[in-house]
Amino acid sequence: MNKFWIVLAHTYWTRFKSKSFLITTGIFLLFIIGIANIQSIVGLFDGDNEPDIVGVIDETDSIYPTLSKSTDQMDSSFVLESVDGSLEEAEEMINNGEYIGVLQVSFNEENLPVGSYHTDQPSNTSVSNILENQLQQIKIAMATNQAGVDQAVIESIYSPVTFDMVPIESADGSTAKTEEELSGARGLVYAMLFLLYMTVLTYGNMIAMDIANEKSSRVMEILISSSSPVSQMFAKIIGIALLGLTQIAIFIIAGYVLIKQKQDELVGGMFEFFGLSDIAISTFVYAIVFFLLGYLLYATLSAMLGSLVSRMEDVQQIMMPVILLIIIAFMVSIFGLNAPDSSFITITSYIPFFTPMVMFLRVGMLDVPFWEVGLGIGIMIVTILIFAVIGARVYRGGVLMYGRSSSLKDFKQAIQLSKKE
Amino acid sequence: MTLRLEQVTKQFGSFTAVNNLSIEIPEKQIFGFLGANGAGKTTTFRMILGLIDATDGKISWNGETIDYSKSDQIGYLPEERGLYPKLKVSEQIVYLGRLRGMKKNDILAELKIWLERFKVPEYLDKKIEELSKGNQQKIQFISAVIHKPKLLILDEPFSGLDPVNVEMLKDAVKDLKESGTSIVFSSHQMDHVEELCEHLCIMQHGKPIVHGGLTEIKRSFGKKNLFIHADFDLDFLKDIPGVVSYKTFTEGCKLQIESEAISQEVLKAIQGKGFVRRFELEEPSLNDIFIEKAGESYE
Repeated sequence: MNKFWIVLAHTYWTRFKSKSFLITTGIFLLFIIGIANIQSIVGLFDGDNEPDIVGVIDETDSIYPTLSKSTDQMDSSFVLESVDGSLEEAEEMINNGEYIGVLQVSFNEENLPVGSYHTDQPSNTSVSNILENQLQQIKIAMATNQAGVDQAVIESIYSPVTFDMVPIESADGSTAKTEEELSGARGLVYAMLFLLYMTVLTYGNMIAMDIANEKSSRVMEILISSSSPVSQMFAKIIGIALLGLTQIAIFIIAGYVLIKQKQDELVGGMFEFFGLSDIAISTFVYAIVFFLLGYLLYATLSAMLGSLVSRMEDVQQIMMPVILLIIIAFMVSIFGLNAPDSSFITITSYIPFFTPMVMFLRVGMLDVPFWEVGLGIGIMIVTILIFAVIGARVYRGGVLMYGRSSSLKDFKQAIQLSKKE
Repeated sequence: MTLRLEQVTKQFGSFTAVNNLSIEIPEKQIFGFLGANGAGKTTTFRMILGLIDATDGKISWNGETIDYSKSDQIGYLPEERGLYPKLKVSEQIVYLGRLRGMKKNDILAELKIWLERFKVPEYLDKKIEELSKGNQQKIQFISAVIHKPKLLILDEPFSGLDPVNVEMLKDAVKDLKESGTSIVFSSHQMDHVEELCEHLCIMQHGKPIVHGGLTEIKRSFGKKNLFIHADFDLDFLKDIPGVVSYKTFTEGCKLQIESEAISQEVLKAIQGKGFVRRFELEEPSLNDIFIEKAGESYE
């Protein structure tokens, strides 16, 4: 058991100290910091902080105050300024860089406002869209006013309809999840799917590479003569799992600190978008359980396959089935996000390779009875144990095999090599 | 502290890698384990180490089977050398040493002594991949012996080393033997085996074909070597009955003869023919025995 910890610590520390780990972690941290500060960064590129100015030539002499007021209320990135001169003079000021554009407003023959927006940046439609909308509002108000309709009537016409979804109590007494709960869960499921997908791809590959590396550098023969290959295999799987958790923890802490710092900016932003605040604690617990089980399953599979190849070049090839499995699982769950209660999703949630993603999706988005989740977890644990036993067997024999390999024949040979008579 | 193999057989499917092998290696002995490539040496080593199980027979050390609880007392230098290329020498040896049950500080102290002994103390903090092949081999040797094993398996320990380094490692092996280690030694260099081993075994197709003490093996081989340097043509000697083989050199020839008595026949035959500078009867070398017993095309 003591040697188990030595291998585990070695796996963890050599990986932790490696340049590639430090660099990827560093890049991700920069990325997170960048995302959190995205507004300031965008602001940086905009140059000075003074708002852009749009000149308005108001030929109607009555629209400018209304337009200016409603634009200010919109909290848009520009302000309006009344221009007294001619259009040519105003266009001159666009070229000088003082205005980003000029809006010319006049009345048509029906006495309704028409506008034309002159700018040197016709590709930037955000300003012209806002102006068009504002002018539209004014036009509607004026037109209805002319037709003799009361302002209050207009407002009631345009106000959105009240429409609520009310979950009813089902036969067993539980309530279906409300819309808010569902969107919250959807956010967490999304995050979990991505995390599991990335983790399995990255760290599963890392395990397989690590083992293939020890085989190709032939250090394996010394290692397995000093401690049992089975304990080595699990020490590796857990060592790299801890490495992964360290990395994720660094990101979460960094993210948390940044959110704390920028609370004012972000409140109501990302949090509300994902609706993380509305989720039940049990969903978080399930997330962690399924994440760990999912990792263990795929890691055991990777370790087993990694022990079969003896050259780094063959790792990618032999890892293909694992990568395909995780991609299929990912696809199925993306489909499941929109139809979590379809029978296809129900069935796939019991297939151990898909359980961590699909069952979690069901747990998060539906009311799944506990025994169903328990069954899914049970099947996964049994599968992990089976793979651990087969994996340990294959590993024991596989690490002694050299040469070109990556086929079922080697699989059989590896088990034979390790056979206890 | 005796290693004992009793009628050990290993089969891979229908292929028999090791067939009915029985050897015994007492304490303080270097046992030469020879055989052509593919004769079953590595398989035997792996069985001794417990990496693979014998199909039949029994392997015991001190009367007990070898498993991972004994790995702290066993050292192994595999034929296929392997170290982590990206690790420093010290990190490397510390990891492997700890896996053999040593404490980190003891390992570092011991490592410094060994590096001094091999005249490479400056390699302590170098990465393995920066070292030459011969120096990597020294590190590999240190990794096999740093924990002062009671049983040491050396598979081709001197291949790829220059003569100076071979001597250095040879002395280290002898010292280990003196300190009480049982050593199983495999080499294709017959002169090394002759120098180090009192007992040996030659394997062919998984079977031990020669087995015993070095002197008995040589004596029972019977055939002797006869070297003659002379100023005249010696070709006629190969027709003398009892001369098994004949090889010419620039200065003379080397005869292999069936027994000592034949040498006197040869002596009579060359008498009076001219000036003879050398006439020498020699024990057969291990090389001769090996070539005759183990194979046709062998270097």
